Amino acid sequence: MAKDLVNMLADLKEQEVIKIVKDRLSAGEDPLKILEDARKAMEIVGQRFASSEYFIPDLVYSGEILKSVTGLVKPKLTKAAESKKLGKIVFGTVAGDIHDIGKDIVVFMLDVNGFEVHDLGIDVPVQKFVDKIKETGAPIVGLSGFLALAFDSMKQTVEAIKAAGLRDKVKIMIGGGQMSDEIKNYTGADAYGKDAMAGVTLAKKWTGAS
Amino acid sequence: MEKQWQEMAPEEKQETLFARWISPKDPEGNDLKFPSPEIEKLYKERVTRIKDAIQLKKKPDRVPILLIPSFAPAYYSGLTPHDVMYNYEKIAPAWKKFFVDFQPDGHGHAFVPTPGKFLDILGFKLYRWPDHGVPKDTTYQCIEGEYMMADEYDAFIHNPLHFFYFTWPSRVFGALEPLATLPPLAGVTEMYTASVPFMPYGMPPVKAALQAMMEAGDEALKWMGACMAFAGEITMAGFPAYLAGATKAPFDVIGDTMRGTKGVMMDIYRQPDKLIAAMEALTPMEIQLGVDAAKQIGCPLVFMPLHKGADGFLSDEQYKKFYWPYLKKIILGLVDEGVVPFIWAEGGYNSRLDIIRDLPKGKTAWLFDQTDMAAAKKALDGIACVGGNMPMDLLTVGTTQQAVDHTKRLIDVCGKGGGYIMANGAFFDKVKWENLKAIVDTVKEYGVYK
Repeated sequence: MAKDLVNMLADLKEQEVIKIVKDRLSAGEDPLKILEDARKAMEIVGQRFASSEYFIPDLVYSGEILKSVTGLVKPKLTKAAESKKLGKIVFGTVAGDIHDIGKDIVVFMLDVNGFEVHDLGIDVPVQKFVDKIKETGAPIVGLSGFLALAFDSMKQTVEAIKAAGLRDKVKIMIGGGQMSDEIKNYTGADAYGKDAMAGVTLAKKWTGAS
Repeated sequence: MEKQWQEMAPEEKQETLFARWISPKDPEGNDLKFPSPEIEKLYKERVTRIKDAIQLKKKPDRVPILLIPSFAPAYYSGLTPHDVMYNYEKIAPAWKKFFVDFQPDGHGHAFVPTPGKFLDILGFKLYRWPDHGVPKDTTYQCIEGEYMMADEYDAFIHNPLHFFYFTWPSRVFGALEPLATLPPLAGVTEMYTASVPFMPYGMPPVKAALQAMMEAGDEALKWMGACMAFAGEITMAGFPAYLAGATKAPFDVIGDTMRGTKGVMMDIYRQPDKLIAAMEALTPMEIQLGVDAAKQIGCPLVFMPLHKGADGFLSDEQYKKFYWPYLKKIILGLVDEGVVPFIWAEGGYNSRLDIIRDLPKGKTAWLFDQTDMAAAKKALDGIACVGGNMPMDLLTVGTTQQAVDHTKRLIDVCGKGGGYIMANGAFFDKVKWENLKAIVDTVKEYGVYK
């Protein structure tokens, strides 16, 4: 049955997943085991996305199914689920830009790959990035942007991180819409990620997890 | 005229629209008098160049060059987006200066700065715009959301017009919320029931909404006057307007601003049949939008921005099931009426090139953003005009030499045998003006067909 849940969720069979979770909960199973299966399934989803078997709709849908699963499981949890995280990442769409679809996908992929992501949302002022890096001690920063105006916001964010004396403590990646290696050089970031998987690969490389 | 139109083959309709474009009329319906024979010649050469590139019947005299800006003309004149959205009289001088200084082969109108006061009056909620959620010197941006709920497909499919007249406006315009309560006027066909559906129109909230609509209408007219002033001036300077109007792929109509990206992606899984039925309901409306615009303006080119069918957004299977069939219906519906879909494929379109080949020859133009242009040219060679791809990073932070080199490379790769329009790949705001100028100049020198 454990395998069923992993497979069904990885195959995006929403109704089957809900039924299995309900059955297992009413059979009195440890909810943490169910969450562990869900985590395994999401890992498979991530792999399928990385190998272009899954695309954005499939990823978005898997996230929705997962939300339903945790909604069912949470009331039965007596202690919080603990999982070892690979590393902390501060993430956000830079100032002036309110686009979040691309950012949400990268954050989701980083999360299912075991990173602790602090998502600051959209239109994030430079100071907020600086404050969050200080607060969390995250060694990785992800800057997202869809519009060309984000080129300058990213540059200003990198400069602010530098001015706060944090530049040699963090690795910075950029991504989204019109980004490229040229823009990476312009902004002073460390790397450009073409898509969500490139972001995960960079994060793993930087934390020594790959 | 209309009967004659009905009898024409699509080919003749396209020729008729091109003929109207090349010989524009003044507001009284007479042949437009250009300020000089030289300017008239320039205008006609430009239209012919674009026409030849699209029809694939012969090589143009040189590669046409189009610049498709967002707020770039405002920035170029030292103005912010806020300045031009709230002071309509600033639009024409800025837009004219931009096109006259850079000398591309046409202009795409000055509709980018939508009227700010119009948005204020109606309490627009769909976007953030300068000084309303984004800074004054920043472009407007859409707020993703569900403006049609997952359980409203049946109502939409049953009566899409009612949805667009009442339901949708009541959600995206704060001042029009009372419209949601208005019934269809279906009961007015008998005298004794005629007054009943009119009752809500006597209620104060509905009256206030109608008042707001009238004031918004005044503002829209003022703004359109400013845009038309620009169009008139720029035509007299020899630049043809290369777009008559716009229409969209049904999947994008639903995914962009009705169900939202997440919503439409859920629907692919949870209610695929309803999503398809809704796209079918939209198809004739989207065709009509393009056809009406082309016939009214007298230019065959109609803009079609493509969004959520780009590489990565859908699997091949999903694209073939949900995106392409309805986009294709729109394209063919437009082509049947002589309209040339001017398709703006945002993002990457590499994985779709084989699919979109399935189109009649010389009837469409495909402008790409980040697609591999050699592959695009190869796939569409002999089928459709290709263009675009002038990259944003080169325009913004590249050296002038890099911009020139890229332009020459594009002409080498895509220009061969005609069927190519040089253009930017994404709307642009602030760029290096010297790079833009260098690209235009390079096309004019290097892009001449011998």
